[in-house]
Amino acid sequence: MINGLTLGSVYAIVALGYTMVYGIIQLINFAHGEVVMIGAMVAYTVISSLTAAHTSLPPLAIVLIGTLAAIPVCMAVGYTLERVAYRPLRNAPRLAPLITAIGLSIILQHLAMIIWSRNPLPYPQIIQTVAYHVTESATGATITNVQIAIIVTSLAMMGALLALVYRTKLGIAMRATSQNQQVAGLMGIDINRVIALTFVIGAALGAIAGVMVGSYYGIAQYQMGFLLGLKAFSAAVLGGIGNLAGAMLGGVLLGVIEALGAGYVGDLTNLCGLSGWSDTLAQRCSSDPNLALFGSNYQDVFAFLVLIAVLVFRPSGLLGERVADRA
Amino acid sequence: MTLLELKDLATRNVHSARGDRRFAWVGVVLIAAALAILPFALASIGTAWVRITNLAILYVLLSLGLNIVVGFAGLLDLGYIAFYAVGAYAYALLASPHFNLHLPFWVILPIGAGLACIFGVLLGAPTLKLRGDYLAIVTLGFGEIIRIFLNNLSQPVNITNGPQGVTLIDPFRIGTFNFARTETLLGMTFSGPIKYYYFLVLLVIVIIVINLRLQDSRIGRAWEAIREDEVAARAMGINTRNMKLLAFAMGASFGGVSGGVFSATQGFISPESFVLVESIMVLSMVVLGGMGNIWGVILGAILLSFAPEVLRYTVEPVQRALFGRMIIEPEVIRMLLFGLALVLMMLFRPAGILPSAVRKRELERRKETP
Amino acid sequence: MKTTRQVGFTVVAAAILAAYGCSKEEKTTTTTATPAAPAATAQPESVTVKIGHAGPLTGGIAHLGKDNENGARLAIEQANAKSVKIGGKTVKFELQGEDDQADPKLGPTIAQKFVDAKVAGVVGHLNSGVTIPASSVYSQAGIPMISGSATNPKLTEQGFKNIFRVVGRDDQQGPAIAQYLQSMKIKKVAIADDATAYGEGLANEVEKTLKAAGVNVVAREKTNDKATDFKAILTKMKGKAPDAVFYGGMDATGGPMLKQARELGIKSVFAFGDGACTDTMNKLAGEQMAEGLICSQAGLPVQAASKDFLDAYKKKYNVDPIIYAPFTYDAANLLIAAMQKADSSDPAKYLGSLQKISFDGATGHIEFDDKGDRKDAEITIFKMAGAKLDPIAVVKSGKSVSFADFMKGTAGGATAQASTSTTASASAPGSSASASGPGASASAAPAGEMKKDDAKKDAAKK
Repeated sequence: MINGLTLGSVYAIVALGYTMVYGIIQLINFAHGEVVMIGAMVAYTVISSLTAAHTSLPPLAIVLIGTLAAIPVCMAVGYTLERVAYRPLRNAPRLAPLITAIGLSIILQHLAMIIWSRNPLPYPQIIQTVAYHVTESATGATITNVQIAIIVTSLAMMGALLALVYRTKLGIAMRATSQNQQVAGLMGIDINRVIALTFVIGAALGAIAGVMVGSYYGIAQYQMGFLLGLKAFSAAVLGGIGNLAGAMLGGVLLGVIEALGAGYVGDLTNLCGLSGWSDTLAQRCSSDPNLALFGSNYQDVFAFLVLIAVLVFRPSGLLGERVADRA
Repeated sequence: MTLLELKDLATRNVHSARGDRRFAWVGVVLIAAALAILPFALASIGTAWVRITNLAILYVLLSLGLNIVVGFAGLLDLGYIAFYAVGAYAYALLASPHFNLHLPFWVILPIGAGLACIFGVLLGAPTLKLRGDYLAIVTLGFGEIIRIFLNNLSQPVNITNGPQGVTLIDPFRIGTFNFARTETLLGMTFSGPIKYYYFLVLLVIVIIVINLRLQDSRIGRAWEAIREDEVAARAMGINTRNMKLLAFAMGASFGGVSGGVFSATQGFISPESFVLVESIMVLSMVVLGGMGNIWGVILGAILLSFAPEVLRYTVEPVQRALFGRMIIEPEVIRMLLFGLALVLMMLFRPAGILPSAVRKRELERRKETP
Repeated sequence: MKTTRQVGFTVVAAAILAAYGCSKEEKTTTTTATPAAPAATAQPESVTVKIGHAGPLTGGIAHLGKDNENGARLAIEQANAKSVKIGGKTVKFELQGEDDQADPKLGPTIAQKFVDAKVAGVVGHLNSGVTIPASSVYSQAGIPMISGSATNPKLTEQGFKNIFRVVGRDDQQGPAIAQYLQSMKIKKVAIADDATAYGEGLANEVEKTLKAAGVNVVAREKTNDKATDFKAILTKMKGKAPDAVFYGGMDATGGPMLKQARELGIKSVFAFGDGACTDTMNKLAGEQMAEGLICSQAGLPVQAASKDFLDAYKKKYNVDPIIYAPFTYDAANLLIAAMQKADSSDPAKYLGSLQKISFDGATGHIEFDDKGDRKDAEITIFKMAGAKLDPIAVVKSGKSVSFADFMKGTAGGATAQASTSTTASASAPGSSASASGPGASASAAPAGEMKKDDAKKDAAKK
């Protein structure tokens, strides 16, 4: 459950990036996952060089410096993406930006592969993980300080973002642009700037998410962005794409579903309960009481199934407003 | 259908005057001759090239199938490779020691196509209301789900043998004529790959003919209508639901047949060959070549299939000559170029290399509207 | 006039293809003609025999592919220096090295290339997932193939008479490590794998052996080779309190899994196969947490290979062999020896001698059984101590011997003694006895049997 929450918080931050962009220009930024990956990689370089240089900085500071280094890089990437690839295609039919995004995703992945090599990069384990027991028993649930940090950061980010969107002038401009681009332009809002800023902010969030993922799992690799992005997108859709709170909620929900599902689907579909029905089954169960129809290997399937289910039955998502009807 | 009709169909996208018809005839004959001799020319360099060509032709088949879904009907499918996988596994499971069934290929290929058809409908049904991006993601999800299932259906009942894949798949056989063996007929050596090559070329021709007929039929026009404006199409009385399902089903069945041939030529399949990248590859072949235009799609498939080989022979020596060693591997360069090609094409020539005239107008008109 | 354009296009395309074909042919002939061996004795009676080597020379495990190729190349060069005579003529051996990129689709294509080039024998490939499809092409062409690193049992179960391997199989590795776990008096085990051919195969073997020995397998979980979050399955395992956990998979997933397990407070011993038997585990899991892990490798650790080989390799390549080079070295030499015995480089003629050969190589005494597997292949068990992988036991023919005894009993190669079957477990006394050791860490490189590792496939390949 705790694992689910942490996983979910990670999904949530990434989902925020997706949902922001979609809210403004109705475009799924496929390359967002790669931005997260780049954030993780840049931070990795900074953190490991600082660690190798044996500076006397406390580990937390090193991580922060890494994050601060990753953010501008990701922002630059985000800005470039928008400027070079998405802006010219703003009015093209849906297919074009989609293919472009896929192409960009491939380019980014391979550039990262060239720069950082194919191998999984181990994140220096500089923060001592301290586990706290949540329940009384020794084998009960535990939560580590890293997990707490992730959940807290996640909430903080969302809070900051909500404040930005609902309290500041920029936020008003964003909301206006998302509702009606042309009129917003007529009202004196610089559409291009607003859109570019949206991408950039989304990318910054992605950078933070990347560092979190890297530190939490201890590993960073050029392909990590893809699946993460896909699942985060499912989360965003689950919560209602275009809706910030929805993205958070969706992210957390998806994380929990995945964690619990992977853990318990084996028990839920345990065939041995049915061994009364068939002899072969009973025979196999005697040697293998864990025989299950679906095991934990179907973990990834959950995200996809959730996505499909949501899109089929409730396309506006849980908290959502808009359904994209444009082709 | 007479040859003349056939030729007319083939030159449909070409607005040619009378005189050009003669050139078209010559062209067709030349191409046919070239195709017939090609495997022997390649075999003199090395039978490996015939194998590579066979793989390329399989990609051509896949692209033609996807063209129906994406090009004709305008439904963005990112999970197409799943149908290929279904067809391949259908063949593998029915013609190998795995279940100890050894059905002949002319029985299995239709079964494979049918099975893929069913999956196509299963995939299409929930997605009927979705558009554009959402459709793409859902189809992607389906593709991945099928692959994960194939990878994991080894417990509790071993159906697909999971990640270990299925080995010792039978090659095509007609009586005692085995497609995998090398035989000498009329003084010429026909190696396994060459026999498969002819079969594949035949298959391609059949599928091209089917595609051409579809394009011109009521169904094809219905697809075009749906693609351009679904609401209007429905208002005109077209049963969009059935048409969309039909598009998925037909596209899927072509994928299924190709999958079966793939199984037979390789002799070994595993879920590894059916990952998302393959789907994207096929989609790119369709998009880059020219969506909706059969010849464009074929060209796209050929280009993208041979590109890695070409790159491998050029990139390595060039890098060694310039830098003394390999800085970036050809595979990586290939993917970089590929991604770049996708982006550039979409920015500058979204209709593809050989665009279908209709699509070209569509895409360019949209671009101009501010 | 679009039609003319289309016709013209096709003609031009055909012309380019033909031109390419011709130039390619020239290229192949030029590469074959590039001499590699120094001894260019202008003997009129000399003949060139080509031996192929296939492995991933690009991609995530390129360093291993190169290592393998180096081993084979060393053997070829040494043979050339000896001026081997076959059929009355002096033979100049030539290595044709190809890159299969660890891609199963390329396996048959590369195999076909070798067949076209009329090689006399093939050393390779590296990954089972590539070797298995390629083997049917070799079999059809009748060309003998010896793999120095493919461990999937299926390879030799296909019934092909010309396919061999000089390493152990996963169904020997699995029981080996399972037996070792047993000897540690483990009562409850949890098993997981990464749903790849390699990981699942290995985990299944371990499961089978443990169950047969009456050990309680309390959990059997699966993940996938790209996963990063294992908390779900680990939490489940924790609830069943196993004494040991075995994971069939690579270090890229094994490392994080171990780390997360320790974070969750799981104290069980962790055991892995050769995919996670690497130094990188230290970095991925953290040195503290990686301490004490057990893992196995098919074959002997590099330091147990013959000194002559190690010296010669180091001299030529300036680096130590990583892991499977001694095996490819032996494989190449086996081909050459069989040719000498049959006095012919024609595969049809020397296949028989290859099947019956009895040979002493860098990895010890080699004989093949009738499936093409090596008789009495060895499996080595390692333990991570002090951030280094130490060999602690060698299992041969089902009997396990502590590493120290093994090294004493052999001069780098003969059959091991079946003396103590219970190995000296926890406090590996053999750790200091890695005597003949250039680089004890050299043996612990990212390991041999990989069907495909995550770095290779995905967004990168066709």
